[in-house]
Formats: sequence, structure tokens, C-alpha cells
Amino acid sequence: MAETGKTIHLEIITPDAAVLNTDVSFVLVRALDGDLGIMPGHAPLIASLRIWPLVYEKDGKRNCVCVASGFLEVNGNTITVITPAAELPADIDLDRAERSRARAEKRLQEKKENLDEARAQASLKRALLRIDVAHKYGGK
Amino acid sequence: MPSAREINRRIKSVTNTQQITKAMKMVSSVRLRRAQERALATAPFTEKMEGMLQRLSAAIPGENNPLFIQRDVKRTCYIIIGSDKGLAGAFNSNINKEMVSLLKNKPRSASYLIVTGRKPVDYLKHLRITPDYKQTGFSDKPNFGHAQNLARKATEEFLAGNVDEVYLVYTKFKSALSQVVTQTKLLPIEPSVSEKSGPSEEYLFAPDAGQVLSTLLPQYIDMVIYNGLLQSAASELGARMTAMTGATDNAGELIEKLTVHYNKVRQAGITNELTEIVSGANALQ
Repeated sequence: MAETGKTIHLEIITPDAAVLNTDVSFVLVRALDGDLGIMPGHAPLIASLRIWPLVYEKDGKRNCVCVASGFLEVNGNTITVITPAAELPADIDLDRAERSRARAEKRLQEKKENLDEARAQASLKRALLRIDVAHKYGGK
Repeated sequence: MPSAREINRRIKSVTNTQQITKAMKMVSSVRLRRAQERALATAPFTEKMEGMLQRLSAAIPGENNPLFIQRDVKRTCYIIIGSDKGLAGAFNSNINKEMVSLLKNKPRSASYLIVTGRKPVDYLKHLRITPDYKQTGFSDKPNFGHAQNLARKATEEFLAGNVDEVYLVYTKFKSALSQVVTQTKLLPIEPSVSEKSGPSEEYLFAPDAGQVLSTLLPQYIDMVIYNGLLQSAASELGARMTAMTGATDNAGELIEKLTVHYNKVRQAGITNELTEIVSGANALQ
């Protein structure tokens, strides 16, 4: 682990608001080609993210944010994540996630002619991510 | 000359109208504030994304992403953003005028129309033009999903070679009093050359710059459209607020005038009656 006391600034921005703005000691994300762990003093980096929870460590405690794809930039001592949708575990609407999972599964099973497979898959992934994170980190 | 009672009735009806316009003014001013906040809230997101795009295109100068490719323009796609409801002053007629000037002097097949908002769609119907794609029902409360949907449609058409250029036509919000119809080019994206000379810092990319760019570009387009939708929503509410303020003031003026008129007529009636009584009494002496 990084020396205690050393931190890096983490910002998570969506089109509608800044979801998170805090100093952390470690960040773990999943980029298109695999997991990335970022600690203070990281070299400048730009990465595309998968639909996967972003885990960060603050004051020795691990916490998590749902990040539905997007991008991460490390510059200086700041990590900026821009993403179309991000939620803290406490803000996840579990009912809505379950509903959208059911909808996406149904769509994938029916295999209609004009089905946009990639879109349905992405929607299913987002729903599963939300459900997973909500169970693990205690949503509503 | 209308009778006193008729004038009174008129005053009542104008007062009712005034109440309605006043209520609409209040509602739109509250919603305008919220819409403005939302439009402002996207600014940091847009800024970061543009910064990232700039650094990426600096890192890979000769990139041939399909979204960058310039072709001879045979067919142009316009994304028109209008509103669903009227009573917003010149908001919709400005958009309609812009739309007509874009379509004028060109065969219908030279443009591909994506229209949002019921008002422009209705106007096109009146001109016997069918939009190629339309999406209605959200003009004053757009969300990111709507923008993604429009972006996907436009990008699909562009990549399939059906259109060679995509423009976004929206109303830029300057203040509650002034909104300007604006046209911006969405596709092909013109790689911005950063003014800062030389690579300022060496970036690492995961997985690699090309792949990051190809995932970033679609989201960049989403973002530009989303910004357009939010600006238009704020403009619509601003225009409505101004229009309704004007309407309320006018109704107030009208009521004042009518009241003066009413009092005059009433006074004239009383004078008349008095003269009649006095002359009647005189005749009896």
C-alpha cells in the first residue's frame, strides 16, 4: 500500500453533476484491456473504462462507485473520471435496476429481428453492475 | 358604445386571462432557473472531454477514425431542436424560419431531417414535408438518454454513408431575454489542433490511443447534442417567461384602460338620468 498520508485527488463527473470529489490513496478501475490500479504519483494516463465498479480507498477503507463506461485521466495529482452515468452505492435504485435487468434479458432472449444486441448487452451489464454493487456495499 | 355591463364583462375576462399568464410566467421562471443550473452543470464535463479529445488527437496526429473522414457533401443531416409547446414568444418561429432557410432552394433528397419537438414537426407537416426521424415529448426536460438516442441515429446514418455532414440546429441560451438560433457542425469531427505547441506531457494510454479515441468520439457527440438540448430547453423556458411577462403587463394595461372607460360610461349614465329627473320635475311646476 502507498505510504499513509499520501493522497491523490479523485473527481467523478457526469453530464449532470459531480458525483464524487475527494482525496483518496488508491483507485482500482477496469479499463478495456484489464484492471488498472492507480496510486499517488502515477504517470499521466488516459484510459477507456468498462462497465465495472470503481473501487477507491480512503482513510484505509475501501469504497465503491458504479461507473457505466467512460474515461479516466490522470494528470498531475488528479484523477478525473468522466462518464455518462455514475452512482454511489447508496444512490442505487435497486428496483429500477432489477426491472431493467428483466427487460434486457427478455429482449436478448426474444431475439427480435431489429434487436440492437450491443445495446441490450450494455443495458444488461449496467443493471447487473448496479445490483452487484448495491448488494455488496449496501444500497437502499 | 358598449354598455357598462358589457365593459364589466370584458374586464372580468381579461382578468382571468391575466391570471393564467401570470401563473405560466411564475411556473416557467422557476423551471428556467432549474434548466439553467442543469445547463451550467454540464460545463465541467464538456470541458474535460474536450481537453481529453485534444490531448488524444495531439498524440495521434494522422488518425483516420471514420468519424473524421471528410466526403463530398451530397446529403446533409440537420438535427433540429424545437419545443413541444407553444406560447413561448418567437422561440419556435425562429427555429422554423431557420429550418425553412436550410431546406430552401435544395431538392428534398439533399437533406436528412432529424426533428425533435412537436412544434417544428407540425410546421413541417403544414409544408408537406415528412421528417426522416422525429422524437418528441421531452423538449423542456431532456435527459442524457435522449441525446444518446439522437446521436446514435445521426452517427449510424453518417457511417452508413447516407449523409455526408451532420449539423445541430439549436437555440443558444444567452439570457432570459435573448436566445439565438445556432448551427454547429457535428460530423465529420474536425480534429482540433491544440494551440499549445508541442506535446506538453507524454501520456500513457490504456489500451491504446486509437481505441480510446474511438470510444471517446461517440460520447463526445452525445455530449454536444446533450448540451444543445439543455440550451434549447433553457431558451424555451426563458422565451416563455418573457412572453408571459409581456402578456401579463399588457393585460394589466388593458384592464386599466377598460376600467377608466367603464367609469366614464357609468358616470355618463348617471348624469343622463339626473338631467332627465330634473327636467321631469321642472315640467311639472
